[in-house]
Amino acid sequence: MTARKLAVAALMATALVGCKREQRRFRELPPAATASNDVIVSELQPGPAFVKAGMRNPYEDNAYAVSEGKNLFNQMNCSGCHSHGGGGIGPPLTDNEWIYGSDPQNIFATIIEGRPGGMPAFKGRIPNYQVWELAAYVRALGGLQGKAVRTTRDDHMMFKESEQARDKGHPEPTFVPPPSEKP
Amino acid sequence: MIAAMLRRGTVRGGALFLAGFSSACSGFQSALDPKGPKAAAISHLNWFLVITASVVYVIVIGALFLVLRRATTRPIAFARDDSDEPVRERTRVRWVASAAAVTALILLLFLFVDVSAARSLSQVGGLRPLRIDVVGHQWWWEVKYPDEANPQNIVETANEIHVPVGRAVFIKMTSSDVIHSFWAPNLDGKKDLIPGHETRTWFRADTAGVYRGQCAEFCGHQHAKMAFFIVAEPRANFESWLTSQQSPASSPSDSLAQAGERVFLSGTCAMCHSISGTGAGSHYGPDLTHLASRRTIAAGSLPNTVGNLAGWILDPQSIKPGAKMPPNQLDPQALQALLAYLGTLK
Repeated sequence: MTARKLAVAALMATALVGCKREQRRFRELPPAATASNDVIVSELQPGPAFVKAGMRNPYEDNAYAVSEGKNLFNQMNCSGCHSHGGGGIGPPLTDNEWIYGSDPQNIFATIIEGRPGGMPAFKGRIPNYQVWELAAYVRALGGLQGKAVRTTRDDHMMFKESEQARDKGHPEPTFVPPPSEKP
Repeated sequence: MIAAMLRRGTVRGGALFLAGFSSACSGFQSALDPKGPKAAAISHLNWFLVITASVVYVIVIGALFLVLRRATTRPIAFARDDSDEPVRERTRVRWVASAAAVTALILLLFLFVDVSAARSLSQVGGLRPLRIDVVGHQWWWEVKYPDEANPQNIVETANEIHVPVGRAVFIKMTSSDVIHSFWAPNLDGKKDLIPGHETRTWFRADTAGVYRGQCAEFCGHQHAKMAFFIVAEPRANFESWLTSQQSPASSPSDSLAQAGERVFLSGTCAMCHSISGTGAGSHYGPDLTHLASRRTIAAGSLPNTVGNLAGWILDPQSIKPGAKMPPNQLDPQALQALLAYLGTLK
């Protein structure tokens, strides 16, 4: 009886994880003018200590947001410098070396405020929820998202061409007749 | 009395059904009201199959009732003389064999008619067809008129396809995200748009008019609000439309519209939409160079009025939940200026 209850509880917990993974939000907040002020990256505060606003990415572990982030990554021309995560003019995003931090808040701040050396500031240009979707995707690129929502490597970043993209010509004959059968 | 009521009810129901059926026969989105050769071929095939099948159905059911009636009026087996049984058996075999032969002939006829209709659909009906490129997006249609002689004259619009009457239109299609399907039943059958692959179709409008089309392959939350309009107009009107669409947007002259242009270019709009002649050149959302000349906004969801446009800009998610257009926070002056600017994009 207890085992069955446990099994049911485990099933329900799995279902809950599924809810989070597939959740889609239809009523997003408008892009606020004070977007960058919501993020607190440092632990240090001037004056008396106050409760830190819990600013976290609402899209962590959400597969839909990660795939939307992937679309935005190309549409907002992030690939122009970061080249599908592989880096070029900008640093690569598929490794675990993060100049300005790998937390969702850090990535949000990097996109909103820009960074010296060429990263443009997107403040007021794209709504907050899209920045969070981008942050979720960038973290997935670096392997920092849960396994359930991890994206596949971009087609442009494959070690070798995918089978579908390869030439459909006839394969080279590999059969070599044994010497005894040769004339 | 109940029987009479039932009968009356049936009559009323039948009348309603017929009325509904006849209203479906005409309309700006109906496969039963063909306005071009392709839709006509499909419609003829449809009527031929329906009428033939109905006649066969009536004959078969009539024969069944006849046999049932005869079986009840004939004397039962042990009380009759069965000396002519072999003769009757031969007659039965002959009946069944000839019915099977007629059925096979009708099915062969169906095959022939179907294949010849399909052949007529696959041949572009007209020399020098007009070429249009269509790209399906979640949830709108990108439409391009390439000009091979002058590539800079390419016309980009959305959700509205203008075509000249009487000239074949050849469409190359693809999709940017998921599979969509291009379906304007008055002119053409369905054709899928597949990401990473080019599909082709053609149609010809023989009567001027506005025909509604619709995505016919479920493609996500707003599949139902992914419509487009085909505007078939006389050749001269079409040419003047094309020429006006080729021109870039002119700079606004009054100060309110100028302020609106600044709102457009400095805010979120320019990140996704393009207006030729300005710095906005992103192709994530529909091209807005001639927005004010279109009949609808949001892929046929709303008539293109100032009020609808304002509502759409501020909160698109209440009109098309899940649409890729984000909500925008604009103060009233900025919104009015933006609307004034968008109104100048004729």
